[in-house]
Amino acid sequence: MKVRFRDIGMSYGTMKVLDSINLDVNEGELVCLLGPSGCGKSTMLNIVGGFVAPSEGEVTIDGEPVTGPDPRRIFVFQERGVFPWLTVEGNVGFGLAGRPAEERRERIEYYIQLVGLSGFEKAYPRELSGGMKQRLEVARALAVDPDVLYLDEPFGALDSITRLQMRRELLRIWEAERKTILFVTHDIDESVQIADRVVVLSARPGRIRRIVEIDIPHPRDLSDSRYIALRDEIFGEIGLAHQV
Amino acid sequence: MTPREKGHVVALPLFAAVVMLALWQLAIVVTKATVFPSPAEVARGVVQLAGKGLLWSYIGDSLYRVTVGYVAAVLIAVPVGLALGRSRFLARALNPLIQMLRPISPLAWMPLAVIWFGVSDLAPIFLIFLAALFPVLLSTMNGVRNVPVVYIQAGRNFGLGPAALIGRVVLPAVLPGILTGLRIAFGVAWLVLVAAEMIAVDSGLGYLIIDARNAGKRYDLVVGGMLLIGVIGLLLDTLLRRAERLQFVRWAFRGGT
Amino acid sequence: MRRLVPLSGIFLFVLLWQVAVSASPGTLIPSPGAAVLAIGELAEKGLLFRYVVASLFRVTWGYLAALLVAVPLGLVLGLWHRGEQALNPILQLLRPISPLAWIPIAILWFGVGDLAAMFLIFLASLLPLTMTTISAVHNIDAVHLSAGRNFGLGQRELVRAVVFPAILPQLIVGMRITLGIAWLVVVAAEMIAVSSGLGFLIIDARNAGSRYDLVVAGMLLIGVIGVVLDLLMRRLEALPSVAWGYGE
Repeated sequence: MKVRFRDIGMSYGTMKVLDSINLDVNEGELVCLLGPSGCGKSTMLNIVGGFVAPSEGEVTIDGEPVTGPDPRRIFVFQERGVFPWLTVEGNVGFGLAGRPAEERRERIEYYIQLVGLSGFEKAYPRELSGGMKQRLEVARALAVDPDVLYLDEPFGALDSITRLQMRRELLRIWEAERKTILFVTHDIDESVQIADRVVVLSARPGRIRRIVEIDIPHPRDLSDSRYIALRDEIFGEIGLAHQV
Repeated sequence: MTPREKGHVVALPLFAAVVMLALWQLAIVVTKATVFPSPAEVARGVVQLAGKGLLWSYIGDSLYRVTVGYVAAVLIAVPVGLALGRSRFLARALNPLIQMLRPISPLAWMPLAVIWFGVSDLAPIFLIFLAALFPVLLSTMNGVRNVPVVYIQAGRNFGLGPAALIGRVVLPAVLPGILTGLRIAFGVAWLVLVAAEMIAVDSGLGYLIIDARNAGKRYDLVVGGMLLIGVIGLLLDTLLRRAERLQFVRWAFRGGT
Repeated sequence: MRRLVPLSGIFLFVLLWQVAVSASPGTLIPSPGAAVLAIGELAEKGLLFRYVVASLFRVTWGYLAALLVAVPLGLVLGLWHRGEQALNPILQLLRPISPLAWIPIAILWFGVGDLAAMFLIFLASLLPLTMTTISAVHNIDAVHLSAGRNFGLGQRELVRAVVFPAILPQLIVGMRITLGIAWLVVVAAEMIAVSSGLGFLIIDARNAGSRYDLVVAGMLLIGVIGVVLDLLMRRLEALPSVAWGYGE
């Protein structure tokens, strides 16, 4: 397996945020971490991203323990992670500094086209909409050919129509590149629409309540009975979580 | 802007200026002032000074001094500000010292400056250096502190080491803030220059004002000098504002599309 | 332990000062100890109090006069677009002119004395305060003005009930910074135009007898009082009617 969480625990002082997290993520999988605010899902992502060290346990990627941020595992923040002083081209090429010029040019062109920003190469982020900036950030992340992508509620700042479009875009890109993706969300529909597996987390302390496998092939029909059934299953799961 | 509004941008200030000049002239006439100059006298005096060549040499001296002192301050304040912004420890240690030295007027340093440098260019240059140092230092420091954490995290995520992080993320992010600080610092430097030139040298615009009065009660040159200081200071400030429109920093200033 | 870190900076500075003085025999610059003794000497002679009060007196009156003119002027210009368009270039022209450049004019109009110094303070404070007020008015969230009008407030009531409270946070910060400027100017103005006060002390100590210990003592006092004034103004920023305007 690609990513492995072993007995991960996280405490800030006496407050326990994560407890006994054990999770295996396979190569090429799209896994959603789903839970209410404060359940520690973003913390999990920060830990596996190497930005924060866990209080207990260990995360390994391809067998190697995670010790810090690494270009092989790129974080996609909400569109505010995009650098405002660089053009679209400049942003996409940001992680490619060490590569030969020819390769850099090709990769930049390819990924701008992949995320649907062709024609905007010389534009600055302030000229782009929220959805476009989000796509720019994904392109920037993909350009360095990472093994794993982490997305922390990437569509949170977008309106619901754009969100639907972005989910479709993400799936399209994922099918083209087949990266391993860890995706944090609080939106149940979102998780069932895109994930292979949904890891349902409970509120403080964050524990894995259940892992639901979404065995519907893409493209997923939102009125399909299997989709609705799985969705309701997770609703029920979360409902219990709120009561505890 | 509609053409009408564009017209207003020019016409209104012009109108106000004309009114001011008229009031000035009127005040002279009404109070039967003999010493305070009228607008016409001021203009005549300045032209006369230009004719003698002194005007340009004074302006040149002032510009030279302010440039040297200011550039020296910037070359020191920006790196130090970057360091203080990144290191909490350094900031906490040095901040009270900075806060204590800051209110001391560069002009209060004047006696020391004269002791060390005598009557020469170095005295005003030193004072300008001091005057520009703190605003640039503080705005750089605060700019660095205010760089959104996401940018730093993204930089580290892409594998940037500490040096590359500063060069490729912190610096571009901070540049707009530094530019604003540079502009403000220049304003202060210009003010201090004039004051320093009133005491510590024998050329320049500040000297012109004091000398014009002392040497012959030439108040037309006093007022002329003041207006020149205003005009040149404004021109330089406008130039620095232009820098804010450069592509690399425009993103931070409103209306910069 | 935390509290000691800020003090360490000052301590280090004093240490370096002492070292620099000891390392250069025959230097005119006094040691920290000599400067402190000089302050004591001034206190003994009763001059310390007199000079400090003189400087503070001039600052207070010049500054308050400027405040009384600048705030109404700033409100008018901030709210009246045409007026601001007309006068702004003139304000921008006056801004680079150091208040000290007005000294000959000040002496011409007021002679050498307190009035000339206060006039200079007034000039030095007027422009920054006016521009801060104008800027603060521009920064008022349009939503608040709309709400005020929605509740039927006329122009004057709008200013009293919405505009003025809304600009307080930014205005107070501007007032604090301008007070700092006024303090700088009073010291410089005193070096030239009067015969008492801290600025005068510095010039006179040097001219009358090369008393550099008094010169440095004067500089220290100026710095300390500047910090105290700044801290006092910061207290104002903590008031509830003002503190709302500042971020986390």
